[in-house]
Amino acid sequence: MKARGTVHKYGDNVDTDVIIPARYLNSTDPKELAKKCMEDIDKDFVNRVKHGDIMVANKNFGCGSSREHAPIAIKASGIACVIAETFARIFYRNAINIGLPIIECSEAAKEIEAGDDVEIDFDSGMIYDHTKNTSYKGQAFPEFMQKIIQAEGLMNYINRK
Amino acid sequence: MGMTMTQKILAAHAGLESVVAGQLIEADLDLVLANDITGPVAIKEVGKLNKKTVFDKNKVVLVPDHFTPNKDIKSAENCKCLRDYAKTQELTNYFEVGTMGIEHALLPEKGLIVAGETCIGADSHTCTYGALGAFSTGVGSTDMGAGMITGKAWFKVPSAIKFILTGKPKKWVSGKDVILHIIGKIGVDGALYKSMEFTGDGIANLSMDDRFTIANMAIEAGAKNGIFPVDEVTIAYMKEHSQKDYTIYEADEDAQYDAEYTIDLDNLEPTVAFPHLPENTKTVKEAGEVKIDQVVIGSCTNGRISDLRAAAAVLKGRKVAEGIRAIIFPATQTVYLQAIEEGLISIFIQAGAVVSTPTCGPCLGGHMGVLAAGERAVSTTNRNFVGRMGHIDSEVYLASPAVAAASAVTGKISEPTQLGL
Repeated sequence: MKARGTVHKYGDNVDTDVIIPARYLNSTDPKELAKKCMEDIDKDFVNRVKHGDIMVANKNFGCGSSREHAPIAIKASGIACVIAETFARIFYRNAINIGLPIIECSEAAKEIEAGDDVEIDFDSGMIYDHTKNTSYKGQAFPEFMQKIIQAEGLMNYINRK
Repeated sequence: MGMTMTQKILAAHAGLESVVAGQLIEADLDLVLANDITGPVAIKEVGKLNKKTVFDKNKVVLVPDHFTPNKDIKSAENCKCLRDYAKTQELTNYFEVGTMGIEHALLPEKGLIVAGETCIGADSHTCTYGALGAFSTGVGSTDMGAGMITGKAWFKVPSAIKFILTGKPKKWVSGKDVILHIIGKIGVDGALYKSMEFTGDGIANLSMDDRFTIANMAIEAGAKNGIFPVDEVTIAYMKEHSQKDYTIYEADEDAQYDAEYTIDLDNLEPTVAFPHLPENTKTVKEAGEVKIDQVVIGSCTNGRISDLRAAAAVLKGRKVAEGIRAIIFPATQTVYLQAIEEGLISIFIQAGAVVSTPTCGPCLGGHMGVLAAGERAVSTTNRNFVGRMGHIDSEVYLASPAVAAASAVTGKISEPTQLGL
């Protein structure tokens, strides 16, 4: 499994309230949520983002509320993978459970910049920045997590078991 | 190797003699919870499963508390989804408006969770029940949905940080000040993926309500759970509220901790977290002059009876400053009724505050107290992120009920001693 796209870059402690503000939580529709994704810290994100793009942030990405609407909004906006130094634990589980690939890599999170052309190989955990000609070794998923992501989420995975 | 309190509970629920930090386990669940925001997503997910019946109709709890009483049509549809599902699955623990309360105050009050149990809830503040010596943690809707059907969840066994609490907090210093102080010390990711285990002789000087507040905000340090040892105070609470059998687990003496902190409760001062992170703490004395527009007292963090008593002790015979909106929302119907019987509600209304039915509304900028651009609130809730209570240019200052009430009287961040109390 691979992903390649343009990077959207954020800082530390991106919380789920800014990923998808509570005022939009009366909806459960991924397409509707995607239209409001990142609105409170990056109003233009929804206009810039293209299918297959990559989101990169620093530490504690997805902290705060347990709303699964947050990774759902990111995935439905077209983002193929989120790279961060660390993820808040509930967000980490939610992302895997809904089939949004995420990868922890401290160096990549620090060095990759907005607009870079980045490719990720999920099997090996390798991250390639084609703009900077650099590569990083991220944490590869354990096998069962890869299977959940390939099944497009936990529920399909449980059915297949 | 010794185990932490959390590890012992997890081992017992995974059918294992022992576990170590980092181990992946599948644990049996004693309680599974969702609300009107996260429940509908879980119910939709469960629709994808071949098996659709809940694992135990007495162990799945649904509480419509966030955007209730229904704030708009979409919220009404979400609550209807929850209600219909509870009916179809014959759930014994669905709490309709009129009997409901804010979930994390309601579940312990109804005796649904006791020491030694495991609970997952599709709400990040599910970690509150660690105050009772249970393992409880927040998850998303899919995890909750899977847990609701299978009665199980997978966990990576957490390592732990030990907080040794000593001494006794002085007057007007509460559980809120303790946890804000700790988050200020370790940061919003200071306990990421870990347990926060509280211990020490100072715990005896903390009420059950103080402990709920402290455990509630463990997530604000990134923790998987926060947990307290079971003592006489816990046992008295459980006996009063629950018929369930409880199990007391204690950390082994040789349990491993990633770090240890000693917190001397005697030295703590009323504390405020400045925008836009709960780690931006200052004592009220260090805060300087911060003028405010609104005060919110309540929530799953601070809407219990002792919180309302503290606020009433400050507001009694005083008035909310001109131009300040003070919104007080008891966390459950039982707390509300008790506050009426104790005369607290009269004190609030005479002071010029408004009293709301239980709801999570204002805490997350949902309804019942949303902020405009440029406005500031002192709030007893748990998060002060950008836009949390309304406009992205509004500000939230987190504090205890006593500090919030004193601030309502002066119109700026204040502590009760400044009112001569």
